[in-house]
Amino acid sequence: MHEILDLLQNNSRLTAAQIAVLTGRKEQEVKTMIEKLEADKTIIKYFTLINWEKAGVEKVSALIEVKMAPQRDVGFDAVAERIYRFPEVKTVHLMSGAYDLAVLVEEVTMKEVAMFVATKLATIENVLSTATHFVLKTYKQNGFILEDKESNKRLVVTP
Amino acid sequence: MRTKWSEYINPAVQQIPPSGIRRFFDLATEMEGVISLGVGEPDFVTPWHIREACIYSLHRGRTTYTSNHGLLELREGIADYLSSQGARYNPRKEILVTVGVSEALDLAFRTLICPGDEVIIPTPCYVSYLPCTELAGGVPVTVATSMEDQFRLTADKLEAAITPKSKVLLLCFPNNPTGAVMDRENLLKIAEVVRKHDLLVISDEVYDRLTYTGQHTCFAALPGMQERTIVLNGFSKAYAMTGWRLGYAAANEEFIAAMTKIHQYTMLCAPITAQVSALEALRHGKAAMEDMVAHYNRRRRLVVQGFKEIGLPCFEPGGAFYAFPYIGNTGLTATEFAENLLLEEKVAVIPGDVFGPGGEDCVRCSYASSVEDLTEALQRMGRFLKRRGLQNSKVVYI
Repeated sequence: MHEILDLLQNNSRLTAAQIAVLTGRKEQEVKTMIEKLEADKTIIKYFTLINWEKAGVEKVSALIEVKMAPQRDVGFDAVAERIYRFPEVKTVHLMSGAYDLAVLVEEVTMKEVAMFVATKLATIENVLSTATHFVLKTYKQNGFILEDKESNKRLVVTP
Repeated sequence: MRTKWSEYINPAVQQIPPSGIRRFFDLATEMEGVISLGVGEPDFVTPWHIREACIYSLHRGRTTYTSNHGLLELREGIADYLSSQGARYNPRKEILVTVGVSEALDLAFRTLICPGDEVIIPTPCYVSYLPCTELAGGVPVTVATSMEDQFRLTADKLEAAITPKSKVLLLCFPNNPTGAVMDRENLLKIAEVVRKHDLLVISDEVYDRLTYTGQHTCFAALPGMQERTIVLNGFSKAYAMTGWRLGYAAANEEFIAAMTKIHQYTMLCAPITAQVSALEALRHGKAAMEDMVAHYNRRRRLVVQGFKEIGLPCFEPGGAFYAFPYIGNTGLTATEFAENLLLEEKVAVIPGDVFGPGGEDCVRCSYASSVEDLTEALQRMGRFLKRRGLQNSKVVYI
């Protein structure tokens, strides 16, 4: 099962038939397994990793450190939810260490990010402080190097 | 000066035919858009942590000679690995680090072979085995394995090849070019013949980690075999380190001492940079290696299934990264098949006859390429067969 997940994580366009050949299983068996994994939300979504810069689309990302006061019974969860419901928030992690939430925000301009932090994020009750770090360049994302200059120049024929 | 340079060249060298692969290489190199299944090395680059360890070693100025035997730490790591395979060696006296398995093989031959000694070599085999035997003054005696036997050496065939001059048996499993593996049961039968006729064994196990069906058995780990076996292995295939040129030999103390005499005067030592990197591979390379092996295994299934679908009979290779499909039913010789396939469909495969008797009706296809390239190559090969009315011909030997 893990092998199927690995393959799909790397290339979600693989068909059940292809996965069956690669893993030495029957196609129907793979189909059933994938359906089950989708049904129980082990597989949440299929998406495509896009280098937007190459597509000529300007996007601004910022990693925002959020410190907050935990609440009785729910800890950080309630505040986290108020934050992750915003569509401009792409990723939210609860962190150990110097701050509590790592919030990745994506907007079209820097000003929009700043406005989001100032008017939406920082004003949420129990948010104690924020620190915004703008992303200057993405080298690697989801395990993939975006502009891999490394090449493997093997000879065409070797013994 | 004599009129021709050839008059100066040692006849023993002159007699060696140029590599059959070479001619093919020239042809394939000149063409654009070729998908090559002719490459006998991983398509992965060396894992980053190994390269990073290499860079760090250079920063620290580790640029000197090492002991002739190789870094002791590395030999200890190698001994630990071999011990995990069931063969115990003293890292101080029974292991020699060499410049690739190629050097180890040459040293073993030169240390062992007296003029006229016969070396029994199961074929199809790696292209250097026969010439290196001859250069060392030995006489190669080939034993053709067959697809019916899954390209394994059988005890009967070995027995039939033995003469009073037989001295050493050269084994290479998992095998280049066939992808054949020999399990413990198969090897025990060979070991019996080896003992009966008092042979030595050189066991080239460079593809040992790339075993997909069952468990690899180190020949020296068989009962009573360590004392008469020279194990050769290296880092090229398992860790995608072909260009680093690092291998080793493990054998009896006296034999290693004798090999080391030649090594110290011809090579001095293997490059320290490669040795440091190999040590990093042994210490921390398991996860990356296993990941690469998983990739090869998927591609192996892909090509075996692919050949089945396009109608090329192929036995299921259990190791290395080669498939060796049978092309005898195409009416073409292996060379004609490979040349026509290259010219018509721009897919490079290696004609099986260059690997010696038994390979005449097969071609070697390396699956150390991306799934995309392999899929495209299989489609092109299917087209090639279809044009000859051969697609989906009866599949045998599966």
